[in-house]
Formats: sequence, structure tokens, C-alpha cells
Amino acid sequence: MVEKVNLKDKILISYGTGGKYTQEFINNYVLKHFKSKILSELLDSAVLNFEMDSKIAFTTDSYTVSPIFFPGGDIGKLSICGTINDLLCVGAIPKYISVSLIIEEGLEFEVIDKILSSIEEVANEENVEIVTGDTKVVEKGSCDKVFITTAGIGVVNKNICLHYNRISPGDVVIISGNIAEHGLAVLLSRGGFGFDCKIQSDCSSLKPMLEQLFNKEISSHIKFMRDPTRGGISAVLNEVVHKRKDVSIEIEEELVPLSGSVKNLCELLSFDPLNIANEGKVVIIVDKNFAEETVKVLRQHPLGKNARIIGEVTTENKGRVILKTTYGTKRIVDMPIAEELPRIC
Amino acid sequence: MLYDIIQSFRDTNIVKKELEVITYVAKDIKRDVFIMEVCGTHTMQISKFGLRKLLPKNIKLISGPGCPVCVTPIEYVDKAIYIVRNYNVILATFGDLFRVPGSESSLEKEKSDGKDVRIVYSPEEIIALSKESQDKDIVFLSIGFETTMPGIAAVAKEIKDNGINNVYFLLGNKFFLPALEVLILHSRSYILSNINTTSSIDGFILPGHLSSIIGEKSYLWISKKYNLPGVITGFEPLDILRGIRMILEMIIVNKPEIKNEYTRVVTYEGNIDAKKFILEVFTFKSSKWRGIGVVPDSGVEFKEGYKQYDAEVKFDIPKINNISEFTGCRCNDVLIGKITPFECALFATVCTPENPKGACMVSQEGACAAYYKYERDDV
Amino acid sequence: MCIAIPMKVIAIDGKYAVCEYEGIRKLARIDFLSEVKVGEYVIIHTGFAIQKLDIEDALETIRIYKELTSGQTSEV
Repeated sequence: MVEKVNLKDKILISYGTGGKYTQEFINNYVLKHFKSKILSELLDSAVLNFEMDSKIAFTTDSYTVSPIFFPGGDIGKLSICGTINDLLCVGAIPKYISVSLIIEEGLEFEVIDKILSSIEEVANEENVEIVTGDTKVVEKGSCDKVFITTAGIGVVNKNICLHYNRISPGDVVIISGNIAEHGLAVLLSRGGFGFDCKIQSDCSSLKPMLEQLFNKEISSHIKFMRDPTRGGISAVLNEVVHKRKDVSIEIEEELVPLSGSVKNLCELLSFDPLNIANEGKVVIIVDKNFAEETVKVLRQHPLGKNARIIGEVTTENKGRVILKTTYGTKRIVDMPIAEELPRIC
Repeated sequence: MLYDIIQSFRDTNIVKKELEVITYVAKDIKRDVFIMEVCGTHTMQISKFGLRKLLPKNIKLISGPGCPVCVTPIEYVDKAIYIVRNYNVILATFGDLFRVPGSESSLEKEKSDGKDVRIVYSPEEIIALSKESQDKDIVFLSIGFETTMPGIAAVAKEIKDNGINNVYFLLGNKFFLPALEVLILHSRSYILSNINTTSSIDGFILPGHLSSIIGEKSYLWISKKYNLPGVITGFEPLDILRGIRMILEMIIVNKPEIKNEYTRVVTYEGNIDAKKFILEVFTFKSSKWRGIGVVPDSGVEFKEGYKQYDAEVKFDIPKINNISEFTGCRCNDVLIGKITPFECALFATVCTPENPKGACMVSQEGACAAYYKYERDDV
Repeated sequence: MCIAIPMKVIAIDGKYAVCEYEGIRKLARIDFLSEVKVGEYVIIHTGFAIQKLDIEDALETIRIYKELTSGQTSEV
């Protein structure tokens, strides 16, 4: 008989061996948080129903953030929001998500419970169902506390068609809010190189904001969407011009929304906020005639209150992302090479 | 208040006003003027704010050797890699060196191989590291000019005073001024031998933060001995433009002097206490600069009493032969302003920030890296 | 060549000063600025305050430019 675990206990290798300990973990932890009829069947695969004439979006992602708790979120919230946002960015409404945990032995049950609670909370709010999953426990040192891998399935909105190929010169680039908050919040919670500053991760599901947009007629004029996670806005915009070498994107430095603390901390660390990760923002490229209205719809939701037009698609410097400085001069915005590091020079 | 001040030094109308003055002054000089910003941080700011394009056509800015990472020889990185591969140590480095390629690896690659490489923001962090990891030796990759040296010296002193015995320094620090003089001489010899140069240096934008330590008086030889003007300059757009304008004014009246634009930070004497720290711990030796060559009295070694903290004394590092520069690399010409990065055949073709072949592409601050990142085609 | 940042000293404890810029705090060593006082401004490089920043000097510079551009700029 396996004893019922206490929250203060630590996770042992045995909880990942498929035997009674694993059963205990699934029944008392996983099913407690994820109340899904499909999941509770505990079959080898989840069996899902769809309307047959809809397009299905399918995504996967892994989360290894360190530390696992940071101001504004934790690895659980991040994993679900990230998966939801990836589905939304192809115009799909998220429905089902899988969650696989790789846990380092010795981690307290309390920690796992908190992370599962965060997942549960977002899943309930956003009306997505955790339908399948897996748990492995690995030896100490083989992973950092917990890694999460998710997959997500969503149903693509029939109004929406998003593709690089639809982008054309004259289209407008919108960002849904202040940038660079997630990357800096995580950096600060790792010690922040001695800098102390209150910046919260923007980690959140874009669903309530984007759903409003998808339900409007203007959504058919949206050409492209992406959430600017690792590599920030720079990476997203450069990916567009790499795929579409016949256009350029020009953004204006003064239009890019960022909070005072983010601006100042970037200044002190000589980081470029354009290169820093976001976890609750979306870049939208839309037909210019519908840009103002798109911004208006985004702003109706608190997540989009700082949404702005930041630039446009042009043909002046094909294959490049260009930034117009405060002085009206132009410079290249490059694909970030790697994570920003503090420098002496 | 500080925030408002900084914003004022970037204010579009104020910057435009200063540009008007520069344009007016530049008209009176009926030739091309070549001004070298010797400091990489200036190079980055000029590129980032797009200042180059705002200047009158006859004012040409050229980028000097003022980046301690760029001028660090490949052999230095190789030594650090040898130590971390062969001894059970923690290698502590500034972020700048982390991705710099050695002859066959980089610190980043070694870390992914399981070696213990830590990035520090301040040299002071190695003291805490030494306490946390008593069973391991800590090797600090000590690079940087006179600006960085006093802090490193203070840490070395503290290590000695507290009897800490597991910290070692791989010394790659450099004194900047001897190299500046070599550069002036190179530039002169090109002119004397009538080699077809695109430029000869007409004046210097001098590094603001380095000067906060060494003081205005350290530069007087530039105007006395070589008849060249120089202005110690801050790093905001208005500072840089003021520096340029002050040089132009001296060129017009043909009265080369050393002037100080960055008076809010730099004094005539510099920081005397900081200089004392440097001289208490370090002494001069000759040193190799990537792209420039060996410069007498430009390197550092520990004084008596500190030699036991020298990583090259502690660890048995085999002699690493001089590594020659990549064939076709023209960093030495870029560094003396003989050519711009665009004129080097390797620039942006085989030599890129991801795969740098020469000193100027190695660090973000290098002339080629800054041109690549922000200005590689005429946008 | 050397990145350094301006901050205001808000507390001093021996070799350390708590410095602040727009709500961002950082502990800096003041080994070479032993006479620095709370309320003064410093320039920090690699965690060490390397020189004071003379705020009056900066304001004077700005004042001159404000006069030159009077009416064109917003107030500091």
C-alpha cells in the first residue's frame, strides 16, 4: 500500500516508474487539478471530437525557464499561455492541450502542486481542456527542478487566413502592448546582475483579447500574427523579411511602447528592448485601411491597452528590418545573434 | 532629475541646433576632415543614433581601437580555454568575452561541454564565488582598460587582505594611451611614405569614461607632440556632436589643443585614488594588441606581493605561439582609419558577428561589428 | 570602450553605496570616491563608482542650449 503523500514530501524516482507510486501521483495530483472527462479515462491517447469541415491547428513547445517562479508567473502558467498563444497566432481557438512533466527527483510536492494549480487556473479561465499527459522523474541534476512539454490543438477561425504570402507593401505593423517585460523579469529574478527593479513578466493568455478581434469582420484583413517570445520583436520582424525578401519592414523607435522601468533598465544594461522576450504580446500585420480599427479593438481589452501601430511594410530596403531613430535617421534592426549579456564595453 | 538631464542631451531640437552649428563651421573647412572616435562605445552610439548620416558630407568619422575585447589576442582566449579544460576551476568572465572565438573553441562552447564558466557583471562577484566554492579555484579573465583596472585592483587587494587563496587572474588588461600613440605613428608613416590612404587623422574624439580615471592632462602630448586636436567627449548624442564641433573649431583656427566636452564627469587630474589602486597592484609590460601588434608598456603584470594571484604563474600553460590573423583581414587598416569596414573584402561576406575573422568584428563595439549591425547597407 | 552608467547615491555604508536611477537600485563600490555624499551623482562601471557626475555642470550645459532653442523644447 502506497502511503498518501504529504505536500511537504519530496518527489522520489519511484513516482515516475509507472507503478503504484505513479498511480498515486496521477490520482491525487494530476486529476485533482485537471478535471477533464477525456483525461480521466486515462487511455493511451485522448480521443477528441471535431467539426470535420474545420481546419485544425497543432503546436508543441517545451518550457525550461529558470527560476521556475518569477514575478508575474511560473513555469506552469508560462507553458499553458505559451501554447494557447501559439495556436491563436495562426487564427485558431485553443481547445485541447497535453502536458508532460519531467521532474527532478527531490522536488517538493508542494512545488509541483503550485505549478499544476497555475496550469489549472489558466485552463479554466481560457476554456481549454488538458486531455492527456505524462510524468517522468529523472535523477537529481538531470534537469533543473521541472521541465514541461506541451502540445496544443485548436480550431482555426474560418474568417481568418494568416500567411507570410498575404503581406504586401503598405500593410501596417501593430504591437499589442509594452515590450520586453518577460525577459527582464526573469533576468531580475536570476539576480539581475545586482540591479533591483520591479518588473513583472507579461506572461498571459492572449485569448480574451484576440477572440474579440477574431469575432470582428476586420479579422479577415489581418495578414500575419506572431507572439514575439525569444528574440523579441527583432526576431519576429526579421523572420518575416527572411521569408519575404521582396519587402522590408520599417518601424519607428518613438512608437515602440515600453514602460519606463524597462526602458531605463535596458539603458543601464545596454540591452536592446527589441531583442528581449515577451510572453503576452502579439505582433500583427494588417491591411492599412483596417489598422486603426484593429488597434481600437485590441485596446478594448486590458491586455491591449498599450497597443500601437509601430511601423509599416515597405519595399525601400528589401529583406531588411529598418528602425527610424528619433532624429529621422535610419538603421538596421538585425536578427539577434544570441541572448543579451551584460558588457563592460 | 538625472532622467530629464539625459533626455535633454538627446532632445531632437537641441541636437538639431548643434548640427546647424557644425554644418556652418564645416563649410569653412574646404576639404574632408577625418575625425577618429577612438572609443568603441562612441562608435556604437554613433551607429545606434544614426549620427553619421546627420553630419555634413566633408566630416568623416573613423572608428579607432578602443574596445578591450577586440584588441585581446586570440592566444588569450586559448589560454583561458586551456585552463578550464585542464584544471578543475570556475572561469569567471565579463559577458563580452563569452562568445569570442579562440583558435578552435570559445568559452560558450566550453560551457556547453560541461566546463564551469560564469558570467559576471562586476569583478567583485569573484569574491563571493570564491567563498561559495572553496573546493575549486576561481580564474577571473581580467580584461579592460584603465577604466576597468581600478576595480580589478581593488578586488585583488581585498583578496590579499582577506587571505583568500583560491582566486587567480588571467591578466589581459591594457593601458590605452601607448596604443593610441602607435596608431598616430602608423598613420603618419603612411602619409610620409606616400601610400595611398583614404584618410589621415585630423583629430580625436577621446573616450569619456577612460578619461574620468586618467584625466585631461594625460592627453596633452597629442597636441604638443603631434599637433593634433582632441576632445574628451561624453556619450549622449549632444555630447558627441559638441565634441565634433569643438574639434572643427580648433582645425579652423589651426590651434590644436586637448579640450574637455565631458566636464560634468572628467576632471583635469582624473581620479587620483583610482590611479593609486592601479599602481599599487599592477606594473607595466609590453603587450600584443590584436590588429595593431606589440605595444611597449601597454600591458599589465602583478607587482611583488600579488604575483601569487597570476593564473599564468599558478597554472602550467604551454606556450601558445602567436596566431596569425586570418588571410585578407584588414583590421589593422580599419583600426588606423586607413580604410572603412566596407572597403575590406571580408566584411559581411566571410567575416560576420556570428563568425568573426578579425578583431573589429569580435565584439559588439568593434568598428566592423557596429557597422555590420546598424549600417551594413545604406539604409 | 567602457560602458558606465549615471546613478544617484541614496545611502552609504563603508565601501558600498546604494545607488538609484528611476526606481532601479544597485549596490556599487565606492573605493575610489571615498568623499562622495548621499544625494550626489556618480558614474558606475563594472559595479564600481569611478567618478562623480557634477549635476550643476550638466544643468548649465542644458540651460545654454535651452536658451539657443528657446520655445522649441519642452521644459526639463
